[in-house]
Amino acid sequence: MTEQMTGAQALVRALEHVGVDTVFGIPGGAILPAYDPLYDSTKVRHVLVRHEQGAGHAAQGYAQATGRVGVCMATSGPGATNLVTPIADAYMDSVPMVAITGQVASHAIGTDAFQEADISGITMPITKHNFLITDPADIARTILEAFHIASTGRPGPVLVDISKDALQATTTFPSWPPAMQLPGYRPVTRPHSKQIREAAKLIAEAKRPVLYVGGGVHKAGASAELREFAELTGIPVVTTLMARGTFPDSHPQHMGMPGMHGSVSAVGALQKSDLIIGLGVRFDDRVTGELSSFAPYAKVVHADIDPAEISKNRHADVPIVGDCKEVLTELIAAVRADDRKGDYTDWWTALNTYKTTYPLGYAEFEDGSLAPQYVMERLSAIVGPDAIYTAGVGQHQMWAAQFIGYERPGTFINSGGAGTMGFSLPAAMGAKMGRPDATVWAIDGDGCFQMTNQELATCTIEGVPIKVAIINNGNLGMVRQWQTLFYNERYSNTDLQTVRRIPDFVKLAEAYGCVGLRCERPEDVDATIEKAMEINDVPVVIDFVVHQDAMVWPMVAAGTSNDDIKFARDMAPVWDSEE
Amino acid sequence: MSRHTLSVLVENKPGVLARVAALFSRRGFNIDSLAVGPTEHADISRMTIVVNVEELPLEQVTKQLNKLVNVLKIVELDPGQAVQRELMLIKVRADADTRSNVLELVNLFRARCVDVASDAVTIEVTGTPDKLEAFIKVLEPFGIKELVQSGMVAIGRGARSITDRSLRALDRTA
Repeated sequence: MTEQMTGAQALVRALEHVGVDTVFGIPGGAILPAYDPLYDSTKVRHVLVRHEQGAGHAAQGYAQATGRVGVCMATSGPGATNLVTPIADAYMDSVPMVAITGQVASHAIGTDAFQEADISGITMPITKHNFLITDPADIARTILEAFHIASTGRPGPVLVDISKDALQATTTFPSWPPAMQLPGYRPVTRPHSKQIREAAKLIAEAKRPVLYVGGGVHKAGASAELREFAELTGIPVVTTLMARGTFPDSHPQHMGMPGMHGSVSAVGALQKSDLIIGLGVRFDDRVTGELSSFAPYAKVVHADIDPAEISKNRHADVPIVGDCKEVLTELIAAVRADDRKGDYTDWWTALNTYKTTYPLGYAEFEDGSLAPQYVMERLSAIVGPDAIYTAGVGQHQMWAAQFIGYERPGTFINSGGAGTMGFSLPAAMGAKMGRPDATVWAIDGDGCFQMTNQELATCTIEGVPIKVAIINNGNLGMVRQWQTLFYNERYSNTDLQTVRRIPDFVKLAEAYGCVGLRCERPEDVDATIEKAMEINDVPVVIDFVVHQDAMVWPMVAAGTSNDDIKFARDMAPVWDSEE
Repeated sequence: MSRHTLSVLVENKPGVLARVAALFSRRGFNIDSLAVGPTEHADISRMTIVVNVEELPLEQVTKQLNKLVNVLKIVELDPGQAVQRELMLIKVRADADTRSNVLELVNLFRARCVDVASDAVTIEVTGTPDKLEAFIKVLEPFGIKELVQSGMVAIGRGARSITDRSLRALDRTA
């Protein structure tokens, strides 16, 4: 059945048809026609944020907490350009997101009209795909295509820019679903059976294999298959920043997080391995360190849904293009069918030595001030693994990755590839709206928090009781750490002076209608967290005032080899060199 | 570095050239030449891209191009199994004394004179990059006033067509 309606009505109808229940955005001139029918929609809830960047990160948080496509909306020009950072972030971390922007009327495009920006041109390199619509008849089909592209294959952000006249004009709504016109889009999800057999062969022959698990495994919904495969083979597992929780931290085969701030056991497991089975990973520089000395003894099996990731940084001896769930299912069958079974006894002896000799640790401060790592440990113990934790970028993010125990997939949402300050709070808001029953903690730095804290207003007004733990060291902590280590302790422009209570985070929280708490001593940590856990009607913000000299360890300095990892300042682990 | 000729079939839609060009510049791939135009199918355009890269980056170029939603198919053309042509228009100084010498070279290279003025001729010539280079060399002593050259276009030898299967894919979605 077809029906006459405006382009704007077609847009809202199409959003309803693809199952959108929440849209984060801010109206403005060019997108205004869309907000009129949106006002009447009983299926789509629009959340009015305070800054478009907040809308974008909220859509990302929503998407990562639910596995569905997150949606954000903005007007033309500055509204659209404010979405650029979240779009870039979603592109780097493969988050399914659709951004809808208004554009000036089609006859005005290219004339430098008021609030005109070429947002499809601007976002070309940071979207999986984007569209500029000037014909209302294209709106419904394009929305369907945008959601299909965003959510299938390697997920990613898709931008749909719609001119104001297309929103205003009358069109015919097609019978649903309209036929998609994407002849060039054919993601491969089924792995090649020959490559699976090759991988199984290498696994049987390996002496020191390791499963290098990335965000792709969670995105494929394959954590159960991963666990089955790991337990079937007895191979150790490392989970990257984007995969924390995909394999339980408490599992004896879990070696920790690899990378620049990874654990010695995880970095060692990669460096000393003779076979890396990379699943949904991209051999990112933060994991490999200096590429030429990364895992020098290892052959590589690399499975990813994006063929362009395979052999991009590290040559893959066995490339497998496919969805990680299908890859793991086939690998399980292939390993079961093979009579040979790998013997990894010596490997486990070495790995367990790394684990027990170099556990994650930190120094307490003698003046009785608070260590940020302790806050994380207590959060983990009191809040537990059922909650969702979000983080921005920097020291607080690394401590959250290291010292919170993750047991379930998708419970740690952070800005990995892009490293976007200000991600945590709006992402927590989006996650909480997607999963209202879950406890959601935004772990944030005092620097990050000041970039997007205006969304506390949105949280209070919309009834989104997130909890925010500001790890307040008064500095841009990670940058300060690098200044300590590599710039002769010359602290150029990293002191935020929040020790002077500018701003006073407790008062700021109260100004936004939240409960504000402060904690400055280790002995108050538990009570403060417990108090926050009891408040469920409004957002809670805790100002954890921590020591400014706390550093993130272990560390592989940028551009150096993983072999040169330090577990504390100037402290290198002793590897036994049997290879 | 080595030169590779890629034939890229793309949807005939606005902005596709910008996507391809932006991809090359963003990923740091060098384009030697790029030519784009319609094909026998109204919905498909064809780009011939000559890239100057090693084997491994070439694989990345192809994979990244394949990720563009508007790209339908990519084929690397083997120079031994393909016809490759460039078009050049060249304006050479030629007065009554030298014109016949220039025209002799035009004939030798199977080029064409397309415009004549009292002190210059404009010549059209097609061929492989090598042939065009040789032609420029022999004309240089007369004085080259202006030169414009197209990107290379190329097509595989034999009866097979690279558009067949892509057409079928397009028909299915239409």
